[in-house]
Amino acid sequence: MRVFYAAVTSLFLLFFFVSSALAVVEEYTPPPMTEGMYPCSNCHASMEVNRKKRELKEEHTDIKLHHAESMRWCLDCHNASNRDKLRLYNGDLINFTESYRLCGECHGPQYKDWRAGIHGKRVGYFAGPGKRTYYLCASCHNPHDPKFKPIKPERPPHHPREDHDGKSEK
Amino acid sequence: MEKLQETLHETWHFYRRTLVLVAKGSRLYYAWCFSLMVIIAAGFFFYLKQHEVGLIATHMTDQVSWGLYIANFTYLVGAAAAAVLLVIPSYVYHFKPIKEIVVLGELFAASSIVMAILFVMVDLGRLDRFWHMIPFIGLMNFPQSLLAWDVLALNGYLFLNLLIPIYLLVKFYYRKEPNWKFILPFILLSIPMAVAIHTVTAFLYNGLPARPFWNASILAPRFLASAFCSGPAIIIIIFQIIRKVSTSRIEIEDEALFKISELIAYAMFLNLFLLFAEIFKEYYSQTVHIASFKYLFEGLHGHKQLVPWIWTAMTMNVIAFIIFLIPHTRKRLATLNLGCLLVIIGVWIEKGPGFVIPGFVPDPLGEIFEYMPNLLELIVSFGIWATGLLIFTLLMKVAIPIETGKFTHTEYKREVIPPRPY
Amino acid sequence: MENRKNRHFTRREFLRDLSLTAVAGASLPMLASCSKDEAEDFLQKHFREMTSEEKKRVIAKLEERYQQKYGRKFQISTQEAVPDTFWAYGLELSRCIGCRRCVYACVKENNPSRHDPQLQWIRVLRLKRGNLINLEDSEHYYNPDLVPEKGFVYLPVQCQQCQEPPCVKVCPVHATWQEPDGIVVVDYNWCIGCRYCIAACPYKGRVFNWAEPNIPKEEINPSVHYLGNRPRMKCAVEKCTFCIQRVRTGRYPACVEACPTGTRKFGNLLDPNSEMRYIIDRKRVFRLKEDLGTEPKFYYFFEA
Repeated sequence: MRVFYAAVTSLFLLFFFVSSALAVVEEYTPPPMTEGMYPCSNCHASMEVNRKKRELKEEHTDIKLHHAESMRWCLDCHNASNRDKLRLYNGDLINFTESYRLCGECHGPQYKDWRAGIHGKRVGYFAGPGKRTYYLCASCHNPHDPKFKPIKPERPPHHPREDHDGKSEK
Repeated sequence: MEKLQETLHETWHFYRRTLVLVAKGSRLYYAWCFSLMVIIAAGFFFYLKQHEVGLIATHMTDQVSWGLYIANFTYLVGAAAAAVLLVIPSYVYHFKPIKEIVVLGELFAASSIVMAILFVMVDLGRLDRFWHMIPFIGLMNFPQSLLAWDVLALNGYLFLNLLIPIYLLVKFYYRKEPNWKFILPFILLSIPMAVAIHTVTAFLYNGLPARPFWNASILAPRFLASAFCSGPAIIIIIFQIIRKVSTSRIEIEDEALFKISELIAYAMFLNLFLLFAEIFKEYYSQTVHIASFKYLFEGLHGHKQLVPWIWTAMTMNVIAFIIFLIPHTRKRLATLNLGCLLVIIGVWIEKGPGFVIPGFVPDPLGEIFEYMPNLLELIVSFGIWATGLLIFTLLMKVAIPIETGKFTHTEYKREVIPPRPY
Repeated sequence: MENRKNRHFTRREFLRDLSLTAVAGASLPMLASCSKDEAEDFLQKHFREMTSEEKKRVIAKLEERYQQKYGRKFQISTQEAVPDTFWAYGLELSRCIGCRRCVYACVKENNPSRHDPQLQWIRVLRLKRGNLINLEDSEHYYNPDLVPEKGFVYLPVQCQQCQEPPCVKVCPVHATWQEPDGIVVVDYNWCIGCRYCIAACPYKGRVFNWAEPNIPKEEINPSVHYLGNRPRMKCAVEKCTFCIQRVRTGRYPACVEACPTGTRKFGNLLDPNSEMRYIIDRKRVFRLKEDLGTEPKFYYFFEA
């Protein structure tokens, strides 16, 4: 009888470990930084903090803020004292790799859906011994101008019998 | 064993003598057979091209994936079913004028079925895989697939329509009384079989919820009604030609033709009434599913290719109906023949392209592709029609001399034309 | 007299045989005109009836043939359905912008013919706002400079992998069937090309190889599944297989990975933690042409 229990337990443990080994490894894409920008403290550690809401004229002029700009500005999300971190509403500081926590503070439903895997993009393996890569919010939505721009569509299909003279579909 | 040997010997003797009969004929006969063979050769040559390249050689597309071949198939199955309109008067009601020609009508049905089967064969993308459809050897999807039912029904009907006339002809050739206990059940079976083949063909369109134009319960009755118009009309024309050109001087009474034409009148009325019922339902309810009807009768979003065709067909059908309705025009051969021609062409348009193509326009995702058969499809279709006509000609070349008593076993003197054994 | 008659008879008999057996004999030159490959395929059994030995032989033969034709080493999988899986697809219509990236990702993954004929398994429809179900007013060939266009909604359609598939019902030779994991597949070597399934499909999910497929050698994808994306031959029907070669190993289908707006979702209905179960539980899903009773496994929903 003891042998039986031992066998059952070991089988159960084996199954447990094997199944967890077979579970999909989840990872996130790296934050899409402009090259050479990070770490921000390279410049900002030696600069004075100016908390006045204004339009930036000397640097970061390529960033046009179209994201609740009437209510927010740069330092509401970027931590003023340490620019290598982002600032949550309660004052917690997070890395850029976890930027989704910041997005989720305002965009709750989308964040919940994203965590469940039904908002945004995932590639790779959804089951089995593989890797599932979640795309960060910022990978698709530019945090400063999140609305998707229209893009050029791919070519429409050939009309029936249109490509009959052997033109290649390149 | 001896009986079997004797039967085989008799059959072989009969076969050899029919070869002689078929090989000799008048100049008209040679000219006719030769021109048919030219058309068959052309059709066959073009079919080889289609077989080599694939069905892209036709004008069919994913949007309209059935075209002229299946349109002709539908029409010919209907024409074959019409033989029942000869079988019922002769064997059930013993109407003498038709009794004399029922065997010829059954051979016509057999040729028609051969043409229908050929049309399906040329439409198949992979004819080399046809064996997949043979029950027990392949993997036939019976009873779920209506095409499987159609294969069985068509081949069964072909078998019946070859067995019955050939059996009777061989017996008459040998001046032997047919064993009615053996053959009468087959004859009576061919009556529901005729209705069955065309019902199965109707059901194979009917059972598709994806195509609202076809998914109407009225389809099977409409098919039968139009079949019983067109088939007998072809028979009437053919029998008059036979009467004229046959050197055996076969007696086909006008009475027989007029009786058949009376049946056409009833069938045409039913056909027109059912069509009217469909049109009312679609145009009064005005659902989205009216699209195919609109394409056929008015044109859809500027696409109007079939509109002149269908209205020609409708006009022909109505005029033919009036001709067949009025006894005066029905009983005069000149107007009768005009009526028959109108019915044959009108029903072909209505049941062939006017039925198959609108089922695909618009396609399930709303796209409109206007299909018109190309040259290859036309020539292959002509080739198959010529094949059917040639088969029918050769069968008639044997059957008519037997029927008239001119072609009998050599034991009997030629001058004596004995009374028919049935 | 007798001799003359007999001679006459023999000559005529020859002529008559030639004409009358034209129909029956037509099949012989047809078989002869097939290439040697096709002659070998002629007697191949239905995939479901093959023993595993026969399957291995067929796979080896196909790998060799593809190597010759496309110059690449193919890996043909015959992996069976994973137990306890029932695949379903989700499409968030509020996010589709009609860019057709999914169409071409599918083309790249699944080796359809590129031209003469051009076969695409996904078709994106453009509908005017205010209309969703009446597909008759859809536009298939829209080609603006930028998408999405204002005032329009985009609806991608592909094989819906119905649970009551009308195509399976009508196939006369059982060339198409539903696998245990819900994917409707085709045995391309068994299909006779009658196109009854294309007539039966309410979603135009199936397309036909009207000629021998034209696939540029450099665009071939060599990791294939026998029932999925292996290169097909002329006059066989094909359709979306939910990327059977990917999902049975747990990978997302190609169209899911290609979509730039995250419109497409995929998952296992039998797994309570899957994305598809989440969607069906929380979003308002609908399926196309549900009134036809086909029970598709392709769930559309809107967020905004």
